[in-house]
Amino acid sequence: MTSTKRNDWLLMLGFTLAALAAPLLAQPFGANYPDLLQKFAIYGIFAIGFNILFGLTGYLSFGHAAFLGVGSYAAVWMFKLFTMEIIPAIIFGVIVAALFALVMGWLSLRRSGIYFSILTLAFAQMSYALAYSVLVPITNGETALQLRLTDPRYIDRMFFPAAPGLPSTQLFGVKMSGYPGFYLCAVLLIIAFYISLRIFRSPFGTMLRGVKTNQTRMNYTGLNPRPYTLAAFVISGMYAGLAGALLAITDPLAGAERMQWTASGEVVLMTILGGVGTLVGPVIGAGLIKYFENIFSAINEQTLHSFFSFLPDSIQNAVVAVLNLFVGDGWELTLGILFMFIVVFLPGGIMEGIEKLVGLFRRLTGSKSGRSAGQTQAAE
Amino acid sequence: MAILEVSGVNKRFGGLKALDDVNLQVAEGAVHAIIGPNGAGKSTLLNCFVGKLEPDEGSVIFNGTSLLGGIHPYQINQLGVVRVFQTPEIFADMTLLENVMIPAFAKRDGSFKLNMWRSVANRPEVNDEAEEMLVEVGLADQRHTISATLSRGDKRRLELAMCLMQHPKLLLLDEPTAGMSRADTNNTIDLLKRIGERGITKIIIEHDMHVVFSLAHKISVLAQGHVIAEGTPDEIKGNPKVQEAYLGGAQ
Amino acid sequence: MDAIILQILNGLDKGGAYALIALGLTLVFGTLGVVNFAHGALFMLGAFCAVTMNKILTLQQVVLDPIKKTPWGTPLEINTSYAETYLGDFGRLLIDYSVPASILLAIPVMALIGLAMERGLIRFFYHRSHADQILVTFGLAIVLQEIVRNLFGANSIPQAAPAIVAGSFNVGAFLGLDPYGIVYPWWRLVYLAFSLAVIALVFSFLQFTTYGMVVRAGMADRETVGFLGINIERRFAVVFGIAAVVAGLAGVMYTPILPPDFHMGMDFLVLSFVVVVVGGMGSLPGAIAAGFLLGILESFASMNEITSILPGINQIIIYLVAVIILLVRPRGLMGRKGVMES
Repeated sequence: MTSTKRNDWLLMLGFTLAALAAPLLAQPFGANYPDLLQKFAIYGIFAIGFNILFGLTGYLSFGHAAFLGVGSYAAVWMFKLFTMEIIPAIIFGVIVAALFALVMGWLSLRRSGIYFSILTLAFAQMSYALAYSVLVPITNGETALQLRLTDPRYIDRMFFPAAPGLPSTQLFGVKMSGYPGFYLCAVLLIIAFYISLRIFRSPFGTMLRGVKTNQTRMNYTGLNPRPYTLAAFVISGMYAGLAGALLAITDPLAGAERMQWTASGEVVLMTILGGVGTLVGPVIGAGLIKYFENIFSAINEQTLHSFFSFLPDSIQNAVVAVLNLFVGDGWELTLGILFMFIVVFLPGGIMEGIEKLVGLFRRLTGSKSGRSAGQTQAAE
Repeated sequence: MAILEVSGVNKRFGGLKALDDVNLQVAEGAVHAIIGPNGAGKSTLLNCFVGKLEPDEGSVIFNGTSLLGGIHPYQINQLGVVRVFQTPEIFADMTLLENVMIPAFAKRDGSFKLNMWRSVANRPEVNDEAEEMLVEVGLADQRHTISATLSRGDKRRLELAMCLMQHPKLLLLDEPTAGMSRADTNNTIDLLKRIGERGITKIIIEHDMHVVFSLAHKISVLAQGHVIAEGTPDEIKGNPKVQEAYLGGAQ
Repeated sequence: MDAIILQILNGLDKGGAYALIALGLTLVFGTLGVVNFAHGALFMLGAFCAVTMNKILTLQQVVLDPIKKTPWGTPLEINTSYAETYLGDFGRLLIDYSVPASILLAIPVMALIGLAMERGLIRFFYHRSHADQILVTFGLAIVLQEIVRNLFGANSIPQAAPAIVAGSFNVGAFLGLDPYGIVYPWWRLVYLAFSLAVIALVFSFLQFTTYGMVVRAGMADRETVGFLGINIERRFAVVFGIAAVVAGLAGVMYTPILPPDFHMGMDFLVLSFVVVVVGGMGSLPGAIAAGFLLGILESFASMNEITSILPGINQIIIYLVAVIILLVRPRGLMGRKGVMES
């Protein structure tokens, strides 16, 4: 087996280094903004959790953004009611999301396949609609939930008087915005990744894959798929809740648009793009999509012209005209096309692409260390 | 001692009486074959044993516990009744080793356990047993291959290995050699004979008479939902009622 | 009483749209076995056929007025549409009726789009999992939506109904009830009639033509049809085309009711799946019935009397019904027994 303990430790090390050194690594791509880096980490966490339900267990949920929203709302309420310290907010966000996922999962998992997906779709839209109507006292509807000077913040008040102006989220006195905010997210991302690594390698993870591959066999092998799928659902919901709480920590605002099913669609894109069922894939997918969303969408005609300035004018204009459709506002178009390409030709996502390239490279250099196509290892 | 007692089982599907007062007693450690022409009700009867179908009347008692009443397939499995499918049901996307380890975990940990922490590779008690089992069925050299790539005969062997990992008390084989070549069939018979040395009770549903007569201690013949004859292979061979059921106007 | 009739009308009218979209979706799922997340996009494309037609008809040229002059002595420029210039009164009529006229554009365009989609993409996914189908059609929906946004901008582009039906119909007087108690926009009644007509057309095709019979057989049991030597896959392209046309027509005629914008496809997509599930995923009559039923249900749920007791119920009622149906009776109202009961 190639996924030995040593390989896993190397993977953890590599991942940790990459996460902590992200500002440096992002620099050449023009992505070294703390806000953007925070999003990389946060959506990476979201995608890792989603991957446990979709990649490992094979259940496609279109409602996970609801847990993101719930985590955000819970965290902001913690800020408003009790304290700006982030640890209670994180814990509360995760727990509320877990409870929500328990209910939604218990109902949705009574069906499988496309019926399950449609159930999650229906629940997501219901949550979204409720957040804008009945639950407005909790969610503040369209104006979104925000911090106010008039918030009670009981626990904080016990320790120090209210300062003028709105306070910011903090971890033992360190403000959680900018780079410190990013490092908080990065550390949690590393922990989240580690947990998912353990899950992949554990018997529990193997059972989940068994459910995905052959649920009938699972049943007849004495295993009850229901608690396994529910556990996977709740775990992925908790990851989403954590991501939502972090979103609120780095930007104390909670809006219901995060709960729409199209927002759930985004995490599906991330996971597939990166490589569904792999360990690192979802994080890569999350990073890529957030990069596209922020950097790609900022490229406009001027940038293109200056990039292609070495071309003669007529060709340059033609090239820019064509490319312009795909950048700037057209970034979603590019994403859609890329996504379709992946689903049709490279269903294993970028990770599969990398594997194929490595395999090709090995064959070309005549290396004997590459194993034949029939061999495998547990999801890398 | 009868490990499985079937009494008075009746099942109707609309106007069709699929099972008509079926009575069966399977002795512990025996190889008991159920044969019969197509449409006799063999699969229907098997489905009653594994919790997939509920008879209208009658009882199915395994080791003192009833297998009826809405009990789930996984619960029946945990009692020790293991089923081998007509088309081998395996975990196609996973390696052979993983395929064999899952049943072992199921036996050890029950129908659900949230063991997320220790790595699968870090479980020598299961790993070793799994490796041994693969050696025994002759698939050890392919332990890291993805099982979808196996031939039909090898898939059957893998499935049997998976079932054995659960130390079954009763093995239900649903046409184990269906669609197999002569060579594969003989291999399967040999494998089943070797397993037989462990004293596991087996119920085999089969069409291939060669298999039946090679393995069975006792044969029950089912025709039109009813047991029309029962006895040792020699007794069944010469039984005129059986011959009529297969060759005569039975349908 | 008045309020009830009004809500029924409201519901039937919205239900017509739901029913048409669900019809196409069920046709594709029942025959091809494909879950098409791009179906909402087809509805949107139909709506934009109307927008395009309008743009073509109202393509304007600058004409110099022979008599009038601007304050500083130059001839006054008048913007006139080509249609008016060359076709005179008929041109004006055409512009007024641009929405119904778009039907003529929509049918071939949507058929072509449907055929292209099926031949170019969908047919490679017949044997792939439902999840893969959902994903690739979802991606396609995004691409289509973005192309439309690129071409037409991000704002909604309201379309007007023909002037003759721009007003309201006094349903109250018609039914002999309190006059002016129930006043209903003409165009919505037209839409209701239109959707019923299209539904009738599709059903006639399926019921009375040999082609349709084969399609129905394929929906009931694809395997057997294959055994009979009929190559059902060859008909898939046509079926998909029909589904695309139906969705497109639903979109075209809906434009006066809801100004089209690029993401209306996604908005309708969830609703359409919910409708299909409630009706029963392989059942055409089920899809129609569920469409109208849910439309009426939604209308009633938005009545003030109801929302005062259960606030917000109107927005979630459809999803609530879907959840209940999925949990209690997964084959839907009219689905075949055994499909998805485990």
